[in-house]
Amino acid sequence: MVLKAFFPTCCASADSGLLVGRWVPEQSSAVVLAVVHFPFIPIQVKELLAQVQQSSQVGVAVLGTWCHCRQEPEESLGHFLEGLGAVFPHEPWLQLCRERGSKFWSCKATHRQAPATPGAASEDQVMLIFYDQRKVLLSQLHPPAALPDRQAGDATASTGGLAAVFDTVARSELLFHSDRFDERPVRLSHWQSEGVEASILVELAKRASGPVCLLLACLLSLVSAAGACRVFKLWPLSFLGSKLSTCEQLRHRLEHLTLVFSTQKAKDPTERMRKANTLISVLLDVALGLALLSWLHGKNRIGQLADALVPVADHVAEELQHLLQWLMGAPAGLKMNRALDQVLGRFFLYHIHLWISYIHLMSPFIERILWHVGLSACLGLTVALSILSDIIALLTFHIYCFYVYGARLYCLKVYGLSSLWRLFRGKKWNVLRQRVDSCSYDLDQLFIGTLLFTVLVFLLPTTALYYLVFTLLRLLVVAVQGLIRLLVDLVNSLPLYSLGLRLCRPYRLAAGVKFRVLEHQAGRPLRLLMQINPLPFSRVVDTYRLPSCGCHPKHSWGSLCRKLFFGELIYPWRQREDKQD
Amino acid sequence: MEEERSFSDICGGRLALQRRYYSPSCREFCLSCPRLSLRSLTAVTCTVWLAAYGLFTLCENSMILSAAIFITLLGLLGYLHFVKIDQETLLIIDSLGIQMTSSYASGKESTTFIEMGKVKDVVINEAIYMQKVIYYLCILLKDPVEPHGISQVVPVFQSSKPRLDCLIEVYRSCQEILAHQKTTSTSP
Repeated sequence: MVLKAFFPTCCASADSGLLVGRWVPEQSSAVVLAVVHFPFIPIQVKELLAQVQQSSQVGVAVLGTWCHCRQEPEESLGHFLEGLGAVFPHEPWLQLCRERGSKFWSCKATHRQAPATPGAASEDQVMLIFYDQRKVLLSQLHPPAALPDRQAGDATASTGGLAAVFDTVARSELLFHSDRFDERPVRLSHWQSEGVEASILVELAKRASGPVCLLLACLLSLVSAAGACRVFKLWPLSFLGSKLSTCEQLRHRLEHLTLVFSTQKAKDPTERMRKANTLISVLLDVALGLALLSWLHGKNRIGQLADALVPVADHVAEELQHLLQWLMGAPAGLKMNRALDQVLGRFFLYHIHLWISYIHLMSPFIERILWHVGLSACLGLTVALSILSDIIALLTFHIYCFYVYGARLYCLKVYGLSSLWRLFRGKKWNVLRQRVDSCSYDLDQLFIGTLLFTVLVFLLPTTALYYLVFTLLRLLVVAVQGLIRLLVDLVNSLPLYSLGLRLCRPYRLAAGVKFRVLEHQAGRPLRLLMQINPLPFSRVVDTYRLPSCGCHPKHSWGSLCRKLFFGELIYPWRQREDKQD
Repeated sequence: MEEERSFSDICGGRLALQRRYYSPSCREFCLSCPRLSLRSLTAVTCTVWLAAYGLFTLCENSMILSAAIFITLLGLLGYLHFVKIDQETLLIIDSLGIQMTSSYASGKESTTFIEMGKVKDVVINEAIYMQKVIYYLCILLKDPVEPHGISQVVPVFQSSKPRLDCLIEVYRSCQEILAHQKTTSTSP
């Protein structure tokens, strides 16, 4: 196999010295991590390498020599470098050389031992691959290859050749801690040799985060303990708590905050990303909520809203009354059963009358309630939107009631019809065997059954029409609530930190690598530049999406239509914890 | 070593294949598709603007005309950035892997790299495409679970769709490198 030498671009202008790195025999690749400069004492170099190997579980060794001839090529240096091969035994011994003023390098890899098969060359072809050490160190490959954990040692780290390169560089942080201003016995050249990178703000934040997290974690545990106390488990508070989407959203946010401010350190990069995403999502939410709050409370908008609310509710109720009057007449030219029509119509009209009086009773308090509810927007835009969704649900409660009445009536009728139809044909539903069996009925049973069947059939258009109208209204309200919920889910689950990272530091999230062939001269080794291929935005969102409330529509379109046809009640946005009806 | 030859794609359009042999272990094939023709661009723009003018005479709203201009501009930008592929490149490096790059007309490049350890073979396959039967070059990936199975088929030169003569040339070069890689990987 061609020998691949991964060489960091930062060492391309370094002085002559020894190449230090890791040799991966399965891929026949040498990953160069740093260059050790003259003068050095071999014992100290070996000590440093042993230290690095112990702390990082990576088999760091001296791989060969690096010769950068700034002046005329020196013969003595060449012999000296070859002699070093005896001091640091490594198989194969790499010799990279760069002449002054030339872009093309010369590489040699020699095997000291005699090859096992006769006739095989003792020199290998070498391919040079340049890589940016800082970017490879900081980047994270997706999907992360199943690399062995730190205790297993590096003997089996060959799952995917390039994943091994990334892993080697990432684990050898100890090697990069010294820079050229340190008075260390061994002088190294690597990406941090011009000075170790650090940021004052980051260090301060790290110091401050400990006590802050502790304090906030205590506060949050107090809040969740208060929320879990026995009072809230009693009916009707537990019933309200499960129905209102505001409570669900508040619980969700509390979970998020507990995750972010937990005192445990994140175990792996995925958890760290999730924490960062959650924090940014909460901050954005609160910022948007405060903006909404300042907009609402300025220019007396709350008063305007409250003034507009009662007339709107009145208007809706009036429209419903007109609709019912229309249904009680001859809607769309259909002829209804007069008596049933009048009964149903008057029943619903009385309901609306009750509702209007209730709204008028509440009207003096509406402004104050709205003002206080508007304050809750400081908890976040999602909370405000959930409250809006709940207010819509409360204001359209009468539509919900009508839908339930219409659906139950229709459902009863449909079941009655299907059972009597079976009786008409002389069949029966066998509950034990869960199938339709033939049955011999008495004459009077057949007579009554057929009579009832005809009655139900002729009353069917009336109930079906009422059911249809109220189901459509209910579906409209559900659609509006669903849109609000979608928006809330979007704010909740969008991984903003990951998207920002992909935009500003695309090398951090790597989908793979890409190679570019650099200028080539015949007879010289091939030179490639390895760059990081960033993850596409859609994969970033998919990988790092935060878990949402989990309130997705439970039914497919087919089952929804089926339920509508048979008059079963539909709850498209049912929470997971509720019992099935 | 660089060479350029002209081939044709399945619809009869002209393609240019550029071959670069960097070294015995590294080869690159670059297929250039025909550029966006002025004729089709003018035709589409004229149709859209005539339709918008027709709507304008019906509705007397000048917003329709500005909307048509916006739509044409945005549509052209979107087409150049997301749809129109100018060049497709296949770079095969012995014992490292195979890299496929697509360059769009707006300059965007999208690259995929497959490591040599995952590549089982490079073959020419037949497929039914609309009403034609065409040949296409594809890379077969190894199945990690089953040693003789294939986990994925990755087609190459998907948007330029060259004909069989061009594919045979690329196929022969790839097979030389793959054969060389197989012999050297079995030896210690």
